[in-house]
Amino acid sequence: MSPARKRSVRLVAALGAAVVLASALIYTSFSAASPALTPSQLLRQAQPDRSYQLTGKVAQGSVRHEGDALDFSVADRAGGRVIPVVYTGTVPDPFREGREVIVTVRKQGARFVGERDSLITKCPSKYKAAPAGEKQNY
Amino acid sequence: MADLGRICLLLALVVCAYGIFAALYGVRTGRVEFSESARRAVYALAIVLTTAFVVLELAFLRNDFAFNTVADTSSRTTPTFYRAAAVWSSQEGSLLLWAWLLSLWSSLALFLVRKRMRDVAAYATAVLLGFAGFFVALMIFYATPFQTTSPAPAEGVGLDPLLRFPTMMIHPPMLYSGYTLCTIPLAFAVGALATRRVDADWIKAIRRFAFAAWLFLGVGILLGARWSYSELGWGGYWGWDAVENASLMPWLTGTAFLHSLMIQEKRGMLKVWNVSLVLATGVLAIMGTFLVRSGVLNSIHAFGGATLGVPFVVLIGVLVAGSIYLVVSRRDVLRSEHRLDSLLSRESIFLANNVVLVALCFVIFWGTYFPLISEALTGNEASVGPPWFDRYTVPLALVLVLLSGIGPVIAWRRATLANARRNFLAPVLSALIVLAVLLAAGVSQRPFALAMFCCAAFVLGSVAQEFVRGARARQAIAGESPPVALLALVRRNRRRYGGYVVHVGIAVLFVGVAASSSFQHAVERPLAVGGSTRVGAYTVRYVRPTATITPKEDRAHTGSTLDLGAVLDVSKAGHHVATLRPSEGFYDSGEPAQGSVGHLIGGQAVSHISMNGGITRDVWTAIAPNIATPALQRIITVGNRTLSPEEAPIAIGVLARDYLKDPPPAQFHFIVSPLVMWIWIGGLIVFGGGLIAIWPAPSALRRRVALRSRSRAAAGLARA
Amino acid sequence: MNVLIVVLALVLLGAVIAVIAGPLRASLDHRALQTDADASPRRAELEAARESKYREIRDAELDFRTGKLSDDDYAAVDAALRAEALAILDQLEALERESATPRDA
Repeated sequence: MSPARKRSVRLVAALGAAVVLASALIYTSFSAASPALTPSQLLRQAQPDRSYQLTGKVAQGSVRHEGDALDFSVADRAGGRVIPVVYTGTVPDPFREGREVIVTVRKQGARFVGERDSLITKCPSKYKAAPAGEKQNY
Repeated sequence: MADLGRICLLLALVVCAYGIFAALYGVRTGRVEFSESARRAVYALAIVLTTAFVVLELAFLRNDFAFNTVADTSSRTTPTFYRAAAVWSSQEGSLLLWAWLLSLWSSLALFLVRKRMRDVAAYATAVLLGFAGFFVALMIFYATPFQTTSPAPAEGVGLDPLLRFPTMMIHPPMLYSGYTLCTIPLAFAVGALATRRVDADWIKAIRRFAFAAWLFLGVGILLGARWSYSELGWGGYWGWDAVENASLMPWLTGTAFLHSLMIQEKRGMLKVWNVSLVLATGVLAIMGTFLVRSGVLNSIHAFGGATLGVPFVVLIGVLVAGSIYLVVSRRDVLRSEHRLDSLLSRESIFLANNVVLVALCFVIFWGTYFPLISEALTGNEASVGPPWFDRYTVPLALVLVLLSGIGPVIAWRRATLANARRNFLAPVLSALIVLAVLLAAGVSQRPFALAMFCCAAFVLGSVAQEFVRGARARQAIAGESPPVALLALVRRNRRRYGGYVVHVGIAVLFVGVAASSSFQHAVERPLAVGGSTRVGAYTVRYVRPTATITPKEDRAHTGSTLDLGAVLDVSKAGHHVATLRPSEGFYDSGEPAQGSVGHLIGGQAVSHISMNGGITRDVWTAIAPNIATPALQRIITVGNRTLSPEEAPIAIGVLARDYLKDPPPAQFHFIVSPLVMWIWIGGLIVFGGGLIAIWPAPSALRRRVALRSRSRAAAGLARA
Repeated sequence: MNVLIVVLALVLLGAVIAVIAGPLRASLDHRALQTDADASPRRAELEAARESKYREIRDAELDFRTGKLSDDDYAAVDAALRAEALAILDQLEALERESATPRDA
């Protein structure tokens, strides 16, 4: 094979491999991903044994420590449906009632169980364009 | 004073507009004085923005709460150091920091090339002023740092306690320097493409800028990881969070560029690839900046309202379209002069390294932007978590480390196969010895970590061999003693041996990552006073509780109202190892609705971890004290009812005293991670090696070398 | 807006104008600009290429001395690199001769 031909073959092989790997990557990302849902959406759509990213606000008065686990409820951002979650694992510093959280949950029977260490609390919005007169609560 | 700030911003915008016009006019018409004037405009911009920044800093330091941004992020009780740094904790303040740093670095870069590459520099000036103008315009029209309220409030809200850590205050300036430095190679690439001068002179200039960007960005990323690990309450250094990823991506493409640039320099190849890498690095840096402030992705750092999203998307669209246009229209200048001579050459290893780095960047890009992608494609916003990232980045990292050990053994252009085979003996032997030792020690359950340790041993063996052989070669020529020979070797071949040191650093860093993620022991459980628990090989005992109330006037304090914690005794096999004192600080929420006593501790709670770091392992502890017991809660409710705001601190004292007398069990988190310190040490080695590589050789040395090479070149050809 | 701010703003404006207008004034006065003698981009490119080629020669020698190349391979690479270096040196000399000619005439 002439050197030029060899080079073309190598290039095609390399590009082919890249396309195959990229496709594998893209395919698995869709199956490995957890859809992000609000409480109302979750109550409608949740299937057992699938993990979901529950996003919403921690409902006031819902936080309780039960031994190792943390019980709290997540509400829609605008108020409305509330979902109780049982969570074990690291609790981020900013976590408190009224804060926005993202937690990966799985439906087990009638309960939603939070995946270990999956709780993320959004830092109180430092960069929010605060309407005049509103106080940030920290 | 805010008026002065506003004037500065307007003046800055005018200067940017003038500079862009002057640069383009000057380079189009060949009237050098206008190009010069445009360069001066960048200096002038730096002066104006420095003034604006000083105005804002002074406002913070003087507690001028008329400034909205000061009132929102600082307070009289915020310690001075944090007040000075609070400037960039807000959207508008950080925009000013970005624009200011851009003006400073651009001034330096343009000053350094003021005598060369005039046409290229003129276009680069226009691009850099374009970026600066964009950020200044954002500040004027969307998020101004100089908004005032009258009458000024008496007290500010205070800096978010989560930011009251020294590392957290150095991290943004470092990171922003990295981001802004990434735009400089982009600007010069645009200039080179526009003037069709993608040549050796351009390579020399752009290498320095690309290295500076790489260095600052890398340090910024490492600082962020260090802060997360040693000061946040989750005990990890990398979470594949969107914002972490956003800073890593331009660093990866920048690293790829530093390698492939050498191929272009030697063989005139990969020109399209190189300019694309530079442009991609700049665009990724802008995207990283945008990610943090648009609220477009869910992330721990969600720093933004939706208001800045649209301008940034437009900017990125313009950058991407412009880049593609420039590369395609200049492809005649970007044609390769040569081809790869042989697959067995250092050039081809560099090429492989580039492929791996770009693949890593693609994986991280896909995973980071997946919520947007999936929403666009399927209508559902979904995200992938750390396990997905790990699955793809770990094998790629292994290949990367392996390549960095193969490269030193292969010659440039065309290596001799027999020699290469022989030279691999020592590195492979090192890897096998390490493998045998680790298997004997029972490390087999973690195959990826094991593979990484072996690859790192391979790299260390390969680099050590290079140093030894190089020193021996020098001794043969110059008859110096071994240490002197080694020093002279490095001094005369900085790029090569500096690069080897960087690779050692990377190997050490990955060993630290592999060991600390695969062999960690973590325990999370409640403990009562006197209780103890085992974590790995260590025993941790809760000796006694601590409670601290610090007066607000204590400037060194971070400003918490009450700190509750524990004294922990850490021991191993009966021997005392360390005494650790984790605590949790409770801050004032400023909400009167929580009651006169309640609000004093009803705000943010920040974990102050306590750690015993060592070469072989870190013992990390955190505490979440329980103040929700009926007894303690009663103190708060009674205090709320009976005490006025001025008397309320008394109740805090009672709370502290009762907590000490009868402490409820507290929730503890203990982690023993092996070799974490190697990550930081590895990082330092990487940056030290980088500095060695980029340090210019003394000019006398360069002249001697040049003269000798010239005469030898002539002599060689005369003989042939 | 108090007087201090106005004064500071004017000072700033003055500084900016002075910095920016420097080169423009110089050309208006027909004063020679502070440019360097050899602004030729071609020359800069060749000099950079030469430096880079010298470095390649030294790198090849180091590769040989650290045992990565056989004697034959090193001789071949070294000869090729030297030929390329001489080509660059020739081009540089041609450029110097060109730029010297107008002055002679």
